[in-house]
Formats: sequence, C-alpha cells, structure tokens
Amino acid sequence: MAVQTSTGLSESRLTVVQRIQQLNWGLVLLIAVTACVGLTMLYSISEGTTETWVSRQLVRFGVGFLLMLIVAVVDIRFWLRAAFPLYGISLALLVAVEVVGTVGMGARRWIDLGPFQLQPSEIMKIALVLALARYFHGLAHDEIAWLRRLVAPTAMAIVPVALVLRQPDLGTALLLLIGAGAMFFLSGVRLRVLGAVAAAALAAIPVVWHYLRDYQRERILTFFDPERDPLGAGYHILQSKIALGSGGVFGKGLLQGTQSHLHFLPEMRTDFIFTMLAEEFGLVGALGLLTLYIFILTYAIAIALRSRSQFGRLLAMGIAATFFVYFCANIAMVTGLIPVVGAPLPLVSYGGTAMVTTLVGFGLVMSVHIHRDASLPRRAGAEEP
Amino acid sequence: MQRDFVRRKAFTRRALVLSGGAAALTAVLVGRLYYLQVINTGRYRVLAEENRISWRLLPQSRGRILDRFGIEVANNRRNYRILLIPEQTSSVTRTLSVLRGLVRIDDRDLHRVLREAERNAGFMPVTVLENLSWGQFARINAHMPNLPGVQPGVGESRFYPHGQPLAHLVGYVGPVSPEEQTGDPLLKLPEFRTGKRGVEKAREMVLRGKAGNSQVEVNAYGRAIREIERKAGEPGRDVRLSIDAELQRLAYERLGDEAGSVVVMGVYSGELLALVSTPSFDPNAFHLGFDSRQWRALTRHPRAPLVHRAISGQYAPGSTFKMIVALAGLEAGTIPADHRVFCSGRMEFGDRFFHCWKKGGHGVLSLPHAIERSCDIHFYDVARRVGIDRIGEMAGRFGFGAPTGIDIEGEEGGLVPSREWMRRRHGRPWHQGETLLSGIGQGYLLATPLQLAVMTAQIANGGFRVRPTLIAGEPPAERPAPESLGLSATSLSLVQRAMDMVSNSPHGTAYRARIREPGMAIAGKTGTVQVRRITEAERRTGVLKKEDLPWKERDHALFVGFAPVDAPRYAVAVVVEHGGGGSSAAAPVARDVLTEALRRDPDRAPAVGRPVANTTSGET
Repeated sequence: MAVQTSTGLSESRLTVVQRIQQLNWGLVLLIAVTACVGLTMLYSISEGTTETWVSRQLVRFGVGFLLMLIVAVVDIRFWLRAAFPLYGISLALLVAVEVVGTVGMGARRWIDLGPFQLQPSEIMKIALVLALARYFHGLAHDEIAWLRRLVAPTAMAIVPVALVLRQPDLGTALLLLIGAGAMFFLSGVRLRVLGAVAAAALAAIPVVWHYLRDYQRERILTFFDPERDPLGAGYHILQSKIALGSGGVFGKGLLQGTQSHLHFLPEMRTDFIFTMLAEEFGLVGALGLLTLYIFILTYAIAIALRSRSQFGRLLAMGIAATFFVYFCANIAMVTGLIPVVGAPLPLVSYGGTAMVTTLVGFGLVMSVHIHRDASLPRRAGAEEP
Repeated sequence: MQRDFVRRKAFTRRALVLSGGAAALTAVLVGRLYYLQVINTGRYRVLAEENRISWRLLPQSRGRILDRFGIEVANNRRNYRILLIPEQTSSVTRTLSVLRGLVRIDDRDLHRVLREAERNAGFMPVTVLENLSWGQFARINAHMPNLPGVQPGVGESRFYPHGQPLAHLVGYVGPVSPEEQTGDPLLKLPEFRTGKRGVEKAREMVLRGKAGNSQVEVNAYGRAIREIERKAGEPGRDVRLSIDAELQRLAYERLGDEAGSVVVMGVYSGELLALVSTPSFDPNAFHLGFDSRQWRALTRHPRAPLVHRAISGQYAPGSTFKMIVALAGLEAGTIPADHRVFCSGRMEFGDRFFHCWKKGGHGVLSLPHAIERSCDIHFYDVARRVGIDRIGEMAGRFGFGAPTGIDIEGEEGGLVPSREWMRRRHGRPWHQGETLLSGIGQGYLLATPLQLAVMTAQIANGGFRVRPTLIAGEPPAERPAPESLGLSATSLSLVQRAMDMVSNSPHGTAYRARIREPGMAIAGKTGTVQVRRITEAERRTGVLKKEDLPWKERDHALFVGFAPVDAPRYAVAVVVEHGGGGSSAAAPVARDVLTEALRRDPDRAPAVGRPVANTTSGET
C-alpha cells in the first residue's frame, strides 16, 4: 500500500525535473562556499597564483560537484540496489592497491590511473556507509537484537579496515572504524552488545600494536611524549601550534602567514591546511569554517531525521557522521589534541579522491532528501507492506 | 507500520545522542582554538618571530696601526678566496676538477670541500681556497662560465708590512680562544681574530670597532629570503703609535744577529720612538697558522725570539747604574761634589778583594771623572759611604724595581734589593759587600732596557718624571703636569756633565762612539755586565777575551745616553746580550740610532746639515 505523504508526492511518480526542483539548494550553496575556502587557501599556498593547485582542485571540485548533482537526482531505489555491488567494487579496489598500488609517504595507498590517482580507502568511506545502511535497512527491528544478524555487518566493516591498516594507513582505518561504529549505534544495536564489542576492541589493542609499523608506533608515542622527537612529528605539531597561536583573533592576512609561507608547516595543502587558514584569518576564519561545517551537518542531520525510510536515515546520518569525524579529527590533530593521524579536512584539503567522494556522499544525502517520502522494501523485490 | 514507527523513534533518539556528542566535541575544538589563538597568542607570536627572523653579524674592518708619521704597521689585506655553492652546480666533482686545472688544490682541501658540501645545506658556501694571488684569482674569474657554483670572494686578513722589527710591540692577531669568549656572538664567527700580543691586544676594543647586524627573514631551512633591517656598525678605529717604524727598522737591523734591545724615547713626552727586541719572529706567520715544527723551533730557540726583551728582559744595569749611586750620594750630602778616591785597581773590604775593571788602576779621580772612565773602585767607595738604603731610595725614585706602566702586556719590574728584601727572600741580613756590588750596578740589581731609558730621560730632562707611552699625540691638556723627582740642579748638572765627558772627552769610555755632527752631540754611560764570576786564576793570567768564551758566558754590553747634549730631545738605552764591552758593542749602536732619530726629527732646526753617518767608526 502506497502511503500518501503530506507533500502529496508519490516517489515513483517524480520526474527528473521535479527532482531537480526538490534539490536542497541551501546545502549545495554551503558546500560550494566551503570548497571556495579551500581554493582560497590553495591560492595562498601557491603564493598568489591559480596555476597549479587551484586550477587542478577546481577541476576536481567541478567534476565532483556535477557527480553530486547526478547522484542526488538518481532514484534512491537505485542506490539501495547498488549498495552491495558498490561495496564489492570498493573492496576489490582495496585489494588491487595491495597488488598494483603506488607507494607514497611510506605506504601503498594509490592506484595510478594515468591522468589521476585513485585512493580506494577514500571511496570505501562512502561505500561502507552505503552497504551498512543497506544491510540494516533490511533487518526488522527485532532482528537487530539477534547476534547472528550482526556477523555479516561486522565482517563488512572489519575487512576493509584490515586492508587499509595493511597499507599501512592507521588514520583512515581508525576513521572507517569510527564511521562503522556510528552506523551500528544508529541502527539500534543493543548498547550492551556495542559495549561488549568496544571491550573486545580494547582487548585487541596489544595485538594491533604488535602489527603496527615503527613509524605508527612512533607517532603515537610522540603524541603522548612530544619530547621524544622534537625535530620530527613533535616539531610539526609545535610549528602548527605556533602558526595557529600567532594568527591571533584576526590573523595575519591572506598570503601573510609567515609560518606557512616560510615552510615551517608540513603538508600544508592537505593535512595542515586548517593551520594555514587559522594563521592567515585567525580565530575568526577558523570559527567561520567551523560554522560552515556545522550548518552542513545540521542540514544532513535534518534530512536524516526527516527521511521515511530506514535506508535514507542511516545513509544520511552515516555520511554526516563520517564528515564530522573527518573534520573533527583533522582540527584536533593540527591543534595538538590527538596524534598526527593523516586525516584530510573534508571539502578543503587538496586531494581528488577525497573531494569527489565527499561530494558524492552529499549527493547521496541530497538523494535521501529528494526521496524522503519514498517507501523502500525491506527485502529486495518486495515492496514494503 | 507500527514497527517502522518504533524503528524511526529509536533512530531519532540515537541520532540526537550522536549529534549531542558531536556538539560537545565541536565545543572542545572551539575551546582549543580559543586557548591557542586568544589566550596564548602572545607567546606563539614571539615564537613565530623567532622562527622567522635570523640575525646576521656584519663584522667591521679592524682598525689599522700606524706609526708616528702615519705609515701603516698593521693593516688589512684583501684575502682573495674561492667559495663553492653546492646547489648551484649539477656536479660538485666536475666543477672541482675544472677548478683544479686552473689552480693547485691539494687532496686534503679537496676532501674537505667534498665533505662539507655533502654535510651542509646546499645553499651554504664552502670555502675552497684562501689567500690566492691576484693572478690566480683573475684566472679563475676569467673561467667563471665553465665553473658553475663557484663564487669568488674577497675577505680581509691582517697583515704586518714591516714584519719582524715591530713584531713584539705591535703583536699579532689569532683565532679567538675559549677563554676570550664573553658571549658576544661576534667572537663566535669562525673567521674572527683578536689581538694576542702587544698593541693588537692592548688596544683590542678600539681596533675592533662595533659589528653591525642585519635582520634577515629565513625560511624553515635557514635560507635567507629578504633583509628586514640593517645596522651598519662602526669600523675599528686606527691607533697611531709614537713609534717611528723606519727608526725601529734601523735599530733592529743595527743589532743584526745579536740578541738585544734598543729603546729610544722622547725625554719630555716619554713617547717611545723605538722599542726593539732581537731576535724577532714573523707576525704574519701567526695569521696563516704554524705547523707544530715551526712553533717548536720558535719556542725552543736558544735566544728566545718570542721574548720582548725591551720590557721583559731583566739585566743587571752594571755601570749605567753609577749615575743613580752618584745622585744618591750627592743628594744625601754624604759625599761632596769634589769627592776624590784613589784607585789602585783593587781594594780590600772585609775578607775579600774588590777589583776595578782596569787592572792597573785609575789613580786619583774626582766623581765626574770616575763616571767618565767608569772607575769601579770609586763607586765601591761611594756606595760604602752612602749605604744600600739611600741607593735603593734613589733607584726607586727613578722608577727601578717597578713596572713603568707601559700599556702593553708582559712588562717586568726589575729588582732593587734592600735589607728587608734580603731577609724576606733569603732569610739572612744584608752584607756590606753587597752594597759595594750594588754601587757598580751588579749583585742583585735588575732592570729592563725600558727602565734604563726612563732613567736616562729623567736625568736628561732635568729631573722630571717620565711615563713611557707607545701611543702618539696625546693632546697636552690631557698630559699630567711635569712632576719633579726632587733633585737639586747642581747634582743633576754634575751627572749630566760627567755623561757628556763619557762620550766627548778623549778619556771617556764611549769617546769612540761619539756623534761628530754639530748640534747632535751625545752624552751617555757604558756598562759591561759580568754574567759569570771571574776566578782569581783568570785575573792573574788575564787571557780572557770576548772571543775566547762561549757566547753564553760573555759579558752583556749596555749603553744609555741622550742627545743632543745641550738641548736633550731623545734618550736611548741599548742592551746587547753577551755582546762584550759596553763601549764597543752597545755604544756604537746607540750612536747610530740616536743620530738617525735626530735626523728624522721633524722639529729639528733646519740649519743643521745631513752628513753621511759613519756607522763603523765605533767598532774596534
């Protein structure tokens, strides 16, 4: 039985034009503005030219932006059907990294595709959320309590985490794990089950420690005791704090950041781009970006709460959670609150795969919004009763 | 439918819990940003500035040292050098091999350059060669297109154009020693040199000037991006000496291979025109660096070339001390002006004999004639009557027994013995016989050539205190008013007349070393100092000539004097170690040096002609 919603629109009857009209233009605008912040910082890093980083990032943003809109207007039922296949493809790519991946920064993370390099772990961020949303959507409320129903989703989360850990990319692996944890929590898994899993995870720490690479152990140790390596990782955190602190309330002005322009900051285009923003635009600039992020998050959470289907809710909230975890981890990292884990600042950091996957993620959120009143069958092929 | 409602409610609850958690974490981030960017911003601002700005010192040229006529005796020479900037060449080894085709680079330098190029940041220049000749430097410059990364440079190094004659008094510069580090960053520059001796050390702060600095913005790798501010600093000031470099050279050459000293000073001003010590060393060698073999040769040389004899050589003054003994007697009234003593060649005192240098004796001599002929018996008698206390008092009045206070390091004070000193030093009472020996300037008495020159100047200038100085042209206002030594004019003129006779009377011991040029006549006193005791057997056989003794056992030859005798301008003191007799070895040197000093005197009356000096007439 088709349920008529307050808008009176039946999902199956939406045309492409109607869907475009339903697009959440406020969210689209916020995302574009946030990306512009990133482009501005890249402009500053290139000493006031748009030639290299800015133009390249602009192309990526353009591609991602278009993909986002396409993903948004594609019927949510397609995404429901495609969730497992997409997860499968992502997993295959992660395995492929093991075989043909390019080594960079001491880890095998990229697949070289000629004109651009693909970072499968970034794709997996979205694919895992999609697949878990699909899986939990298919469970009845009672089934969540059955432990044997949790075996499959746990495996879905653990396998990619293990693969990413092998690259080795500790930061991304942890962020994937946190994202998956949020999905489990949102889907209604009993708290004592979650507690038991968390206890098991804690118990596994010594085992994981054993498999960590030396540089990863060093990073963690350096975080707890920065004196261990004043010229290495500790130096980077210190220089980042100096840059942030010296920026003050109003910053040093665009192109005036001494710490960044004199190369005291590491990885300015990617992980430490927030530091540069905070040095050149001060607390005002940093809080400005945070505000943009909070608005984007609020949109995504509102969309999730409004969705009538469990798939839509989990998908939108899962992507919002991933988005939050990334920017929170990045800012906490550059302000010296957590170890340097290598998390990019979403929509702002330079990097093609991350930019495109983040935008595709928001495309999915928008699709949830457009199809908020669609009723989706819990099992493939069967309409919801 | 009901189930879906429950599921939605459960989701909403948990989504809100998560959102709340996110809000809490966001609040933590905002708090952290506030902590860093508002509360601690001052501290981090300072740290960012310290990161960004680097101070570079700009050392200034060291001041020159000039002689009294403005001739440079220490200057800075251009040091042509070749630097290599590793990052500007694709291959350091290839550039070096091209360079090797143009100038000699030994393997040690080659390895040092390769090592430093490897170790330093690529933009840090590495010194390849220093002290190149202009020809080598020009040749390398002509080949610059084939020498990527090579940078020709000009530095400064200290140079002493007059070298050895002035080495002791001008001194030299060398690398900063750890004890000299005061925390001044200038002293930490590897190329910086400080004065190690002589005027270079005494006037270090004047010569050094004040280093400027430049504030440069640097990036994280230390490369200078731009200059923010520059403070010029002050170059070191020149120091003008009272020394006449040409006179100094002449005196140095006149001493030849002898070990000795010549001091020439203005009798009123105390300005030193010459302060010579032989043998000497090459001060330029200190800058270039010694190898250990050369250094050992210098420190173990039997005639000790590093010792500045003029101020730190201590000798028994011998007969040059007789003026002090005479003045002690005359001023005390112990002996009359017409005091006469019979000299038979020896006298008995206590249980031993005291001998005169003249074997047959002088017969009866008055005091001036005793000085003229340097009779020892006469002065044994005077000393016996006057006593050691009065002799010591007069010696002290003339500046013996204490450093004169000249402003370069290493000055010795000499020694004037006294009863008290004898008790303290040797734990026994003073013997009368020792008073007699003091009467002829032997025994325990010790004086530096500079002290002898000061004594002579004070006799010549009418009994006013003179403080020797190496620095020229203190304005008269800053000079202290002349301080009298409190001697009577009659005593002084008697001594002056006697010194005139020494040089200008045919009986005088220095007659053969007189100055014949009109208006330049010298007055003086010879001294011959035994360095070994003459045995009775030797006295009997009398075969001892200078040539028969090993160098170390020969007598020291001394002469002090002033000229012109009528209107004294300059005092001189000459010591020739183991040179033999004062009249034959020291007086001719003094004559030649004083003659030249008077000729070179710009204030000299123009009426006096310039005959050629007969430099050998005194040597017989």
